[in-house]
Amino acid sequence: MIWVDTIIQGILLGGLYALFAAGLSLVFGIMRLVNLAHGDLIVLGAYLILLLVTLTGLSPFVAAAVAMPFMFALGFGLQKFMLNRVLGDDILPPLLVTFGLSVVLQNALLEGFSADSQRIQAGPLSTASIQVAGLNLGVMPLMTFGSALVVIIGLNQLFYRTSLGRAFRATSDDPTTASLMGIKPAGIFAKATGIAMIIVTIAALYLGMRSNFDPSIGPARLIYAFEAVIIGGLGSLWGTLAGGVIIGVAQTVGAAINPEWQILAGHLAFLIVLLVRPRGLFPRAVD
Amino acid sequence: MTNAKLDYSVQTRTRASSISAIVALLLVLVAVALPAFASRSLIQDMFFILTMLVLAQFWNLLAGYGGLVSVGQQAFVGIGAYAMFGVVILMGFDPVPSILIAGVAALLLAIPTAFFAFRLQGAYFAIGTWVIAEVVRLLVAQWKAVGGGTGTSLPRSATGDMWFTGAIETLFGVRNAAARDILAYWLAVLLAVATIAGIYWLLRTKRGLGLAAVRDNIEAAKSVGVDAVRMKWTVFLVSAFGTGLAGGLIYMQKARISPDAAFSLQDWTAYVIFIVVIGGIGTIEGPILGVLVFFILQSLLADFGSWYLMALGVIGITIMLFAPRGLWGLFSDRTGIELFPVRRRLTGGRLTGGHVTDTLPSSKEE
Repeated sequence: MIWVDTIIQGILLGGLYALFAAGLSLVFGIMRLVNLAHGDLIVLGAYLILLLVTLTGLSPFVAAAVAMPFMFALGFGLQKFMLNRVLGDDILPPLLVTFGLSVVLQNALLEGFSADSQRIQAGPLSTASIQVAGLNLGVMPLMTFGSALVVIIGLNQLFYRTSLGRAFRATSDDPTTASLMGIKPAGIFAKATGIAMIIVTIAALYLGMRSNFDPSIGPARLIYAFEAVIIGGLGSLWGTLAGGVIIGVAQTVGAAINPEWQILAGHLAFLIVLLVRPRGLFPRAVD
Repeated sequence: MTNAKLDYSVQTRTRASSISAIVALLLVLVAVALPAFASRSLIQDMFFILTMLVLAQFWNLLAGYGGLVSVGQQAFVGIGAYAMFGVVILMGFDPVPSILIAGVAALLLAIPTAFFAFRLQGAYFAIGTWVIAEVVRLLVAQWKAVGGGTGTSLPRSATGDMWFTGAIETLFGVRNAAARDILAYWLAVLLAVATIAGIYWLLRTKRGLGLAAVRDNIEAAKSVGVDAVRMKWTVFLVSAFGTGLAGGLIYMQKARISPDAAFSLQDWTAYVIFIVVIGGIGTIEGPILGVLVFFILQSLLADFGSWYLMALGVIGITIMLFAPRGLWGLFSDRTGIELFPVRRRLTGGRLTGGHVTDTLPSSKEE
C-alpha cells in the first residue's frame, strides 16, 4: 500500500513538472528555440505573485490572474525585441543570449529579494487532503495535476481549433511559406512566447505555494522541464505530461528508497529513456 | 632563388602572425621567469587567468569550431579534480603526476557522455550535457572516501613534499605554500602554452580544415567527404581531456574540494562561456582577449557581488546581439589582423611580383 501511495504522489508531482515543461515545449515546437532562462522566468513569476499577495493581500489565485498579463507582456517583449534577433540556423546565439538572461535574472532576483527562501501562503488549502479508497491525497497536488491537464487540453484546443493555432502550426512547419500566406512569423513568435509566459505564471503559482523557493532554484526547474519534454518526445504536449509523470514517479520512488537519491533517480530515468528511445516516447516533430 | 618566382606555395603565415609568434615567445619567457620577481598574489592571479584561459580555449574548440555548445564542462573539471584527489588520498600518489590521471578520468567520462549527449541535437545537447554533469555531481557526493557531500582536503603529507617543491623552495628561498603556488603557476603556463599550440596545430592540419568545414556548413562538408560524426567525437574527447587536466591542476592548487565547488556551473562553465563570447567565439585570439577583459571586470566589480554577475550577463547578451564575433571579431574585421591565422593563402610564383596577393579574394574572406 505504501508503494501505491508513493507512485500516486509521484504522478501528482509529475503534474507540476508538466506545468514547468509545457511552456518550454510550446516555444520549442513553434520556433525551435530552447530558452535556458525558462526556469528563472518561473521563479520570477513566483516572486511577482508573492509580491502581489504581500502588498495587496489578494488570494494567490487572484494574484496569479493579475500577474498573467504582465508575464504575457514580458514574454512578448522579450521575444520581439531580443530573441527574434538571434533566431536562425545558427543555434549558438539564442542559446548564449538566453543563458546570459538566466544569469541576469538570477542575480537581479537575488539583489531584489535576497537569498532567503520564500513561500506563497495558501492558508488551509496547503495542508488540506481528501480520502480516496484509503489513500490520503493532498488537495494542492490534485489541483496542480488538474491544472496541468487543463493547460494541456487548452493548448491542444488552441493549436487545432483556432486561427492563431493554425498560424502557429504553419509557422512551425515553414516560416517562409507561412509568411507568403500573410502570417508574420515575428509576431507569431512573440505571441507564442507570451502564451508560454502565461503557463509559466500558472507553474510559478503552484511552485510557490507547494514549496519554498529562492532566486537560485531556476536552473534545476529548467532541467526537470527539459527532461519531461525529451522523455515525452519533441512536439507532443501529451507526451510532455507523460514525461513529467515519469520524472515525478522516479523521484518519489528514489526518495522512498533513500532521500539522497530523489533528484538522481529522476535524472537516471531520463537517461534510461534517452538510451532506449532516443526520440522520446511519443515523438511528433522531425528534429 | 631565381626559380622561386615561378613556385606557387600555400601558406597560412602573415606578417602579423610572424611578429606575434616572436612576441608570444618573449611573453612565454617572461611568464616562466615571473616568479623570480613577482609577488605571491600576482602569481595566484596569473594562475587563475591561465587556468580560465585553458578552460575557455577548450570550450571554444567545442562550441566555436565543433558547433557543440556544452553547458556541462563542469563535469570534466569536477571528475578530473576528484580523480586527482582519489589517487592521492586512496593510493598515495604524488599530486603532480596525478594531474595526468585527472585528464584520463575526464576522457573516460567523456565517452559515455558523448554517447548519450550526441543523441540530442543543438540546444538539447546543451542541456543534456548539463544533466550528465548533475548526475556525476550527485554520484560523486555519495563517494564517502573523498568526503561525500561535504568534501575533503589533500592530506598534509601529500602537499608537503610534492614533486619539485623542495627545489623551488631552495631556488627562490620561499616557504612550502608559496613554492606550491609557483609550481602550480608553472604547470598552468605549460598547460596554457600546450593548449594554444595544440589547438593551433590541430586547426592547421587537414582535420582542422574539415572541422572548419563542418562548422560552416555541415551538409557541404559531408558532401566532400568530411566525416562529421568523427570530427564531433574527436573535438569532444580532446576538450574533455584538456578540461580534466585543468580541473586536476586547479584543485591541486586549491588543495580542498567539495562536489558543489568542483561541479559548479557558474565557475567552470558560465564564466568560461562569457569569456569566449566577450572575446570572440571561433578564434584562438578571442578567449585570450576575453580572459583579460573578464579578469579586469572581476577585479573592478567583484565587491559588488550579484551586480557584477548581472553586468557580465548584460555584456554577454549585448555582444551576442550586436557583435556576435566578440571584441576580437570587431578588431579583426577593421584591421584584418590575425595573430593565429588558419586560412590558407596562395602565394609565390607571379603573385609575389606585384601586390596581387592582397587582392586575392580568398585573402579577405572568412
